[in-house]
Amino acid sequence: MYTNIELYINTVNVELIELQNISKSFGEIEVLKSISASFYPGKTNLIIGASGSGKTTLTKCIVGLTEPSNGNVLFSGEDFHTMKFKQKKTVRKEIGFLFQGSALFDSMTVEENITFTLSMFSNMTKEEQLDRANFCLQRTNLENVNRLYPAELSGGMKKRVAISRAIAMNPKYLFCDEPNSGLDPQTSAVIDNLIKEITEEYQMTTLVITHDMNSVIEIGDNIIFIYNGEKWWEGGRDEILKTDNQEVVDFVYASKFMKALRK
Amino acid sequence: MQLEVYIIKRYLFRGIFTCTTIMNLFYHIGRYFILLGRAFLKPEKFSIYWKRTIFEMSNLGLGSLGIASIIAFFMGAVIVIQTASNIDSAWIPDYTIGFTARQSIILEFSPTILALILAGKIGSSVASEIGTMRVTEQIDALEIMGVNSASYLITPKIIAAVVINPMLVIISMFLSLTGGWLAGVMNGSVSTYTYIHGIQYDFDSFSIVYALIKTMFFAFAMTSIPAYHGYYTSGGALEVGKSSTKGVVYSSVCILILNYILTQLMLS
Repeated sequence: MYTNIELYINTVNVELIELQNISKSFGEIEVLKSISASFYPGKTNLIIGASGSGKTTLTKCIVGLTEPSNGNVLFSGEDFHTMKFKQKKTVRKEIGFLFQGSALFDSMTVEENITFTLSMFSNMTKEEQLDRANFCLQRTNLENVNRLYPAELSGGMKKRVAISRAIAMNPKYLFCDEPNSGLDPQTSAVIDNLIKEITEEYQMTTLVITHDMNSVIEIGDNIIFIYNGEKWWEGGRDEILKTDNQEVVDFVYASKFMKALRK
Repeated sequence: MQLEVYIIKRYLFRGIFTCTTIMNLFYHIGRYFILLGRAFLKPEKFSIYWKRTIFEMSNLGLGSLGIASIIAFFMGAVIVIQTASNIDSAWIPDYTIGFTARQSIILEFSPTILALILAGKIGSSVASEIGTMRVTEQIDALEIMGVNSASYLITPKIIAAVVINPMLVIISMFLSLTGGWLAGVMNGSVSTYTYIHGIQYDFDSFSIVYALIKTMFFAFAMTSIPAYHGYYTSGGALEVGKSSTKGVVYSSVCILILNYILTQLMLS
């Protein structure tokens, strides 16, 4: 007897991420409390919640940077944390990750940052790698930055280079940790649209961690609200604006702008 | 009665403190060797590791050549002046100055003192570089990409230092002896002929082998220990600074302990 998810995986070959009762404690502090969720390809899945609610810890548990205290993380039906070292490496090569602070390699130029994984894991020639880097940079609307170092770029440019690096290997899964933090509203919108476009174009399973309500409204196909380490609410971008769940309402309509919008 | 209770409490606390310190020491030693185990796993792509090793040789080796040369030259000069000023007996031949300078420089000053100085320069550079990469999530980025970050960041540095430091030591030996010769000749305490006779007198080539073997061990310690401290940095800029200091201090202590053990094993 299949569950819905198992049936979905077995009938359609999709790159799906499934969380089963993920818990994480640091000492006596329980940061995540039995979180279960599914993230589907071609959709922009958002994890939202207040600062300190456990969003980043959850993401680290999903990509294996932190071991969950309990629960399973399934990538296309395979439990990541029980995989052998080589299998984990194979899955990781299929993951693109956009860090909050971009995490570009300081000692490398933009071009070297993007071609790094290609040179490490692919059999591409140098010319092919550079072509791919140029394609990724064009896709993120960046030009003439190939030879620059990360220190010479603005915050928005760094994010776009980080997205280029993340998509260089054609990943099946894309993770974005607060992609808009520290960016102006216009650049934030550009980054949001870019994430949405590449998700749909490459049918990636994208997971965005954010507490930016503009992102929620712009790109949130599937939204999970985390409250005190628990999955408190789940729904789409239209539903979140209409929900009467008090904690979600408090979070969504915290700013004067959103309150005015509600009225 | 109160005094007895106080003394018992004091010894108890001291015992607990000692146990914690020892446990802590074993914890770090264990974690250090686990990290080394990860660092020496088969690399993802040899060509990339080769390029990084060559880069680190240039960075750690050539970057230290200037300071190593200056220190070696003046160290040799001071050794000769001090030896000459302490030999005031007519029974001790003048070539003893060259002989003493050679023995001190080859056996101890070039490998050990240079290693301690390089531990400061290379150690702080390695710990702060890796520590900064840790706190800015660059190491996490490597891990998520499927790259063995320990191997990619640490192994090239260790190999580069182990290969290049013996070369630095040989250059420093030559410069120390040259500095000693110039100082001895300039202050008139020894002639060129006598000095050269002294540095050739009763020469045993094993002392060079001994110095180079020591240097390789020191090079391993001065890169791997700061790399360990940098790799496990958590926090921000302040913690990177602390890791850098710890890396230098512990690698210097380790060099001194290794120096004693290797000398005991190879010369006694």
